[in-house]
Amino acid sequence: MDGNYILYKLILASVILLISLLVAMYSTLIERKVAGYFQDRLGPNRAGIGGIFQPLADGLKLFFKEEFMPGSADKFLYILGPSLTMMIALLTSAVIPWGNTLLINGTEYSLQVADINVGVLYVFAILSIGVYGIMIGGWASNNKYALIGAVRAASQMISYELAMSMSIIAIVMMSGTLSLKDIVDQQHGMNWNIWYQPFGFLIFIICAFAECNRSPFDLPECETELIGGYHTEYSSMKLGFYLFAEYINMFISSAMIATLFFGGYNFPFMDDLNLSHNALTILGSLVFFAKIMFFVFFFMWVRWTLPRFRYDQLMRLGWKTLLPLAIVNILVTGFVIMIKNHL
Amino acid sequence: MTTINQNTGSLSGRSRVVSNKEMTFAERIYLPAIVKGFGITIGHFFKKSATIQYPEVKRPIAEIYRGKHVLKRDDEGRERCTACGLCALSCPAEAITMIAAERKEEEMHLYREEKYATVYEINMLRCIFCGLCEEACPKEAIFLTNEIVPSDLHRSDFIYGKDRLVEPLGKRVDVTHRQTAKVLAFKKDKNQSHNS
Amino acid sequence: MIFSRYLFFILSFVAIYAALKVLISKKPMHSVLYLTLAFFAIAGHYILLNAQFLAVVHIIVYAGAIMVLFIYTVMLLNLNIQGEFPKSKLAKIASAIAGGLLLMTLIAVFRTYDLKMATDPSLNQIGLVKNLGKVLFEEYYLPFELSSVLFLAAMVGAVMLGKKDIY
Repeated sequence: MDGNYILYKLILASVILLISLLVAMYSTLIERKVAGYFQDRLGPNRAGIGGIFQPLADGLKLFFKEEFMPGSADKFLYILGPSLTMMIALLTSAVIPWGNTLLINGTEYSLQVADINVGVLYVFAILSIGVYGIMIGGWASNNKYALIGAVRAASQMISYELAMSMSIIAIVMMSGTLSLKDIVDQQHGMNWNIWYQPFGFLIFIICAFAECNRSPFDLPECETELIGGYHTEYSSMKLGFYLFAEYINMFISSAMIATLFFGGYNFPFMDDLNLSHNALTILGSLVFFAKIMFFVFFFMWVRWTLPRFRYDQLMRLGWKTLLPLAIVNILVTGFVIMIKNHL
Repeated sequence: MTTINQNTGSLSGRSRVVSNKEMTFAERIYLPAIVKGFGITIGHFFKKSATIQYPEVKRPIAEIYRGKHVLKRDDEGRERCTACGLCALSCPAEAITMIAAERKEEEMHLYREEKYATVYEINMLRCIFCGLCEEACPKEAIFLTNEIVPSDLHRSDFIYGKDRLVEPLGKRVDVTHRQTAKVLAFKKDKNQSHNS
Repeated sequence: MIFSRYLFFILSFVAIYAALKVLISKKPMHSVLYLTLAFFAIAGHYILLNAQFLAVVHIIVYAGAIMVLFIYTVMLLNLNIQGEFPKSKLAKIASAIAGGLLLMTLIAVFRTYDLKMATDPSLNQIGLVKNLGKVLFEEYYLPFELSSVLFLAAMVGAVMLGKKDIY
């Protein structure tokens, strides 16, 4: 634990934080652009070339809006809600392996902030407390729509967390480790988990949509019924935090999908390129980023394709379809592993 | 003559009989339908967008487009309107009002006729841009131009007075395209008692 | 290791403060949230004891699931009813007996426990996933599986309570 090491980790953490925020910021623009193209429109294109400054303009607008707080709100919790949501959204990025190691002056520097041996569980822990920000915010607003939104968010997240964890257990059984770095390293080249766990992937991605409160599972904030859901009473940058956290969650979920099922920073024919270790690492990180961006796009693609679920449909899908499917997936995976070990 | 579909009783031939048949397994898992939906949306993603970037690019409008009105002056710059009220009478939306006055001796260079309109107002919110005022006008005073009536914040701002209707002296409005051969022939007909 | 000692004191302070606040807070929502904070502080203690698996599971189970359900319940309380909820004498006596029993158990535990037995936590590897799994599925296989029966019973009971027309 020398000073150099701590300094390196600090720099890495700040860089990753910055990238997450930047990606989230530009996801808002990409979302609007993508929505535009899906609907045969152009999307925002007035602020800068191709609307490149639109996120800045949106941010400025949010900053200059009136900070409104309902008179009957619980003051402390009302402020705690969005800040907690933002904080928790950013926490997960610590354990995601953003790339392999960099060799500088003979020392290996990992592009992962913390390679803890319970990485997968850590992600679930963060996911499971992610609901607090929404619940606290929705309750503290003292508004019935916000409350219903918060209640919906809580039950939805608890329901889909189960199926999500179950779908991951199959992966963990296959790889025999809870460390995300090890899981990625096992998917060297084209040996991705998606080929072995297509059902696990399907369940995981559906649950990821539900956990991010993204369409078609955006019931906590569905405009047609609940005005704005849990953030009905929020304005200015506090609302901005909620909206922003959604995009960060989307980014992190995409990163998790890419890590667990699509080989993270591995890419096909990576051994045949005859590149140096550092070049390979940087290329791998770029490939990882491309994978993440594809899934961010996929999130948007789904949003502008599928209609919103009804609440009973949501619950039925979660408990009666995904959860049994995930359990069957675990059983089948266990069975196959058993047979393989006995051969 | 439209033929009525004997099976469905439909005029358009596009209606479908509702069936409550049991869904097949492929339909019940929804995934094929969802994938199909993705195909449709991604098809639209690569389509040319229908947007026209308005202030820079404008949609082409018809040669005889009927937009904002103009009260014409004659060659010497005198207002042609004589406040006869025929335009107001012909207006199906009752958008036009006017107050007439007698021309003074020293106003000879301002108004062509002995009688003129001191107040001439068109309510652009009522106007349906049918062009009947233009047709009714015996003095060739009112014309519809290809200008678009801009949006505004207050209803009262849509009542256009003479300040916004009479053509400015320095910037004459060309309305020759409104005078098609048919219109000109009609106007020449002395039996209709037009006096150019 | 000075750093982790400071961490220990900070976490202990947070845990005790939050636990006290659970009792003192007037609003039920605040109580629940302070309880969550206490759980987080305890999870921090687990990490200091080199039991990362326990720490994370503690957060998933307690903070992520149980406390969320608590908040869920509190959110649906009618907050227009101000003041204390009336408690019957019987309830007071019952709670006094239950609390007294818990106190006695704790005293009994600490009386026999030798505080000098504490070892360096970094040498203790039992909290890591692999070791814990081996212990759980080899030495304590039967109790572990039996506890799942307990959960099943609890679930069946909950369903029974939830369905009014089944007797």
